[in-house]
Amino acid sequence: MSIDWEVVIGLEVHCQLLTREKLFCSCPTDFGAPINSNTCPICLGHPGVLPVLNAEAVEFAIRAGLALECEVRARSVFSRKHYFYPDLPKGYQITQYELPILEHGKLFIEPESGAARTIGITRIHMEEDAGKSIHMDTGATLVDLNRAGVPLIEIVSEPEMRSADDAVAYLKALHEVVRYLGVCDGNMEEGSFRCDANVSIRPRGQAKFGTRTEIKNMNTFRGVQRAIEYEISRHIEVIEGGGAIIQETRLWDEGAGRTRSMRGKEDAHDYRYFPEPDLPVLVLDPAQVERLRGTQPELPAAMRKRLVSDYGLSPYDAGVLTAEPVLARYFEAAVAAHRNPKAICNWVTSELLGRVSATAVGECSVTPHGLARLVALIDDATISGKIAKTVFERMMETGRAPDEIVEAEGLRQVTDTSAIEAIVRGVIEANPVQVSGYRSGKVGLKGFLVGQVMKQSGGKANPGLVNELLDRLLAEG
Amino acid sequence: MDVTTLTLIELRDALRAGTVTAVEATRAYLNRITAHDDAIGAYLTVDAEGALAQAAAIDAARAAGQPVGALAGVPMGLKDIFLTKGLRTTCASKVLEDFVPIYDATVVERLRAAGVVVIGKLNMDEFAMGSSTENSAFKKTHNPWDIERTPGGSSGGSSAAVAARLTPGTLGTDTGGSIRQPAALCGIVGLKPTWGRVSRFGVIAFASSLDQVGPMGRTVRDVALLEEVIAGYDPRDSTSSQREVPTGLADLPRGADLRGLRVGLPREYFPESGLDPQVSSAVYAAVEQLKALGAEVKPVSLPHSPLGVAAYYLVATAEASSNLARYDGVRYGHRAKADDLYGLYARSRGEGFGLEVKRRIMLGTFALSAGYYDAYYRKAGQVRTLILRDFEAAFSEVDVIATPTSPTTAFKLGERMDDPLQMYLADIFTISCNLAGLPGLSLPCGFDDRGLPIGLQLLGRAFDEPTLLRVGAAYEDATTWHTRAPAEPFVARAGGAA
Repeated sequence: MSIDWEVVIGLEVHCQLLTREKLFCSCPTDFGAPINSNTCPICLGHPGVLPVLNAEAVEFAIRAGLALECEVRARSVFSRKHYFYPDLPKGYQITQYELPILEHGKLFIEPESGAARTIGITRIHMEEDAGKSIHMDTGATLVDLNRAGVPLIEIVSEPEMRSADDAVAYLKALHEVVRYLGVCDGNMEEGSFRCDANVSIRPRGQAKFGTRTEIKNMNTFRGVQRAIEYEISRHIEVIEGGGAIIQETRLWDEGAGRTRSMRGKEDAHDYRYFPEPDLPVLVLDPAQVERLRGTQPELPAAMRKRLVSDYGLSPYDAGVLTAEPVLARYFEAAVAAHRNPKAICNWVTSELLGRVSATAVGECSVTPHGLARLVALIDDATISGKIAKTVFERMMETGRAPDEIVEAEGLRQVTDTSAIEAIVRGVIEANPVQVSGYRSGKVGLKGFLVGQVMKQSGGKANPGLVNELLDRLLAEG
Repeated sequence: MDVTTLTLIELRDALRAGTVTAVEATRAYLNRITAHDDAIGAYLTVDAEGALAQAAAIDAARAAGQPVGALAGVPMGLKDIFLTKGLRTTCASKVLEDFVPIYDATVVERLRAAGVVVIGKLNMDEFAMGSSTENSAFKKTHNPWDIERTPGGSSGGSSAAVAARLTPGTLGTDTGGSIRQPAALCGIVGLKPTWGRVSRFGVIAFASSLDQVGPMGRTVRDVALLEEVIAGYDPRDSTSSQREVPTGLADLPRGADLRGLRVGLPREYFPESGLDPQVSSAVYAAVEQLKALGAEVKPVSLPHSPLGVAAYYLVATAEASSNLARYDGVRYGHRAKADDLYGLYARSRGEGFGLEVKRRIMLGTFALSAGYYDAYYRKAGQVRTLILRDFEAAFSEVDVIATPTSPTTAFKLGERMDDPLQMYLADIFTISCNLAGLPGLSLPCGFDDRGLPIGLQLLGRAFDEPTLLRVGAAYEDATTWHTRAPAEPFVARAGGAA
């Protein structure tokens, strides 16, 4: 008889904050600076240095916490977490331990499988990042301390996820939130959005948690999915095989598709936390928190709802448009310039995204205003939808405004009835076979005739007018 | 005129008046160091060339009519715990034997801005851990009153240098008494300001929540003058106070009385045993003097004082174990040859740190370990609160508290090195003040029968340094202890076992 196992997953996510300066000194945080150039005596851990807290980092943390519906602590405390490693200059990391800045939040998830629901967030605390160790083949280790002291928030979930799908849905939702807020760039491969997963299993119905393992080193959403699925099967296999899971930290090996033991409980560090005596208690003014609350940007879930209800977009389209903060902003800017959200949505999702990636729309030569203007030209019958595609191509190539292109290339739609009538009459005369066929009931042949007229007008004839004239002249017989 | 006999204020005035130049003053001190520091051992580093260049620059600026600072041209040696840009700073440890800082401590910056000429660095207990300066990795410092005795510690190089006129005044740091106890043992004045009054940026940390920088000098007014230069908010130290710094304390009127002042005598600081009767009678006599000046004296109680030493040695060692983690041989400082990472750490630190430092790192590491934190560090924090409350209660009845600074006069070098507990008791009267974050002043109040100086300690309310200095100045004006100087050449005093 096989046991019905329930999976229990909790996630710890580290987000690097996009502040201009480090958490405790004024060194820049830009990625890709020459090795060890973004450093000063403070982040190098020189004798005598003291930390000074970066107010922007506190603000970013609060913004993340408010978006995740956390309570903001009026008084929070920084602590020292000790361990020796060459990329940790002071021999301790300044973090928050007993009294974190944010607690008791939640995040709504819609997993691929399973029910949509809310996952609890235990706490969010602020801390500084360590540097980077680069291990050489020669056995030497090189240390780059550019990252040392960069601000992080660690977001700790409740152990409320029940599958790898849940975990990925949580992670994606969180990823979206921090990127919308602009507090984190969300780059998993460069490590600015890192996730550790705590996984255990228990027979369904049992209240007590099983022994957990912690998985590290997952650098993609896919990696998180695979690592957790692997670990769940491993737990089941070990336990059903009569063994026991050992509480340990395991590394995900993406290439091998498996996790392997990194360090056991007995090797676990004793971090010797104690309150950081060089920093006063962080006291937050409720008015400041309220000011931040009042200026929070719209979050993706709320935005999707609004796109459907206010603009009549489909939930699918709303999802596509909000997948990237820059794309959503692009769309909103275009709609602000010309209020035809459905048409703009179509142009964005088909033409624009057919040519540039969602993350790059901000740098695209077709600006939101240009696209809005293009749709406006269709809407006021200056150009046809077909011509508009040509104009769009030109806009992509040259970055010029659509009005300019239409004028320069003579693409303005022909709405002069007599001019179109002359072409229609010519087409009827030139195609007696198709005309008689249509008159004998093959109405489908009208499309051919419309096409001929459009072709002769260079695509500029107003399609409505063409249809109307064809109908009248064909009826005249 | 021998400029080294001038007080700091007199020297400042002479420099202002032009009766002495910065170069002359600097040369005079450098010459005294050459003549006498072999016997005293106060200096770890002397930067004659750099000092003379600084002094010449100040003389030139003054001659050109450019504005110069309040202490322009005053030469000064500084405890080797203050980072001095470009000038080796060791903290008396092998781990920093060749360390040349790339920035100046805020207090050094402020001294330099005031025109002080840094002539060298003064000996101390390694990482300020000790009460005799014998824990220095490099040399012993001798008490100018009897070179077989300790100058106290950890700022023993500083106190000896002031007493032997090898610097006109200086700064020390005080974590558990390291300014006041050596000041008392060398017959000079030392002020430990309120925690947060003076920036700690660029001061090598021992125990962050207790460490405080303060001035040491030959007179109370000299100390007040230095305090005014170094105190005040520093944006680089988040724990420094934004309160305004009182001014004019160096110019306190002479011969003021103390009418209206209430002085508390805590019975816990005058125990039956462990306090040298010569020290207690000198302190009682000093209190009588305060009374004669118009002060009202009343008994007070600080009942939790007996817990002070235990709490102190948990807090101080725990914080030290953390603060000293950065000396790992990776980025700077002593680096041992090793085959692997563990070896690099173990050997760099093993070779770099001295015995007392290792002892405290081990104690502190243990006190912070999982399962012991609540019993030790947290409990010690609670004791601090109780001690602070004791003081607050006492200060609702009195304005200052008078005690002995040290239970004994200077003890012999080597005498307590094998008995750390006995050594730790040297700070029994100074520690509570650090635990409570309050200011304390030590000033000379007599000599024992061996001719060794005795210190009177005055404790005050938080940020009430002005009252301590005012009382100290009035006492000093009425007495002559501070005018005595040790006989030269500096020798051992005959007679008397320890």
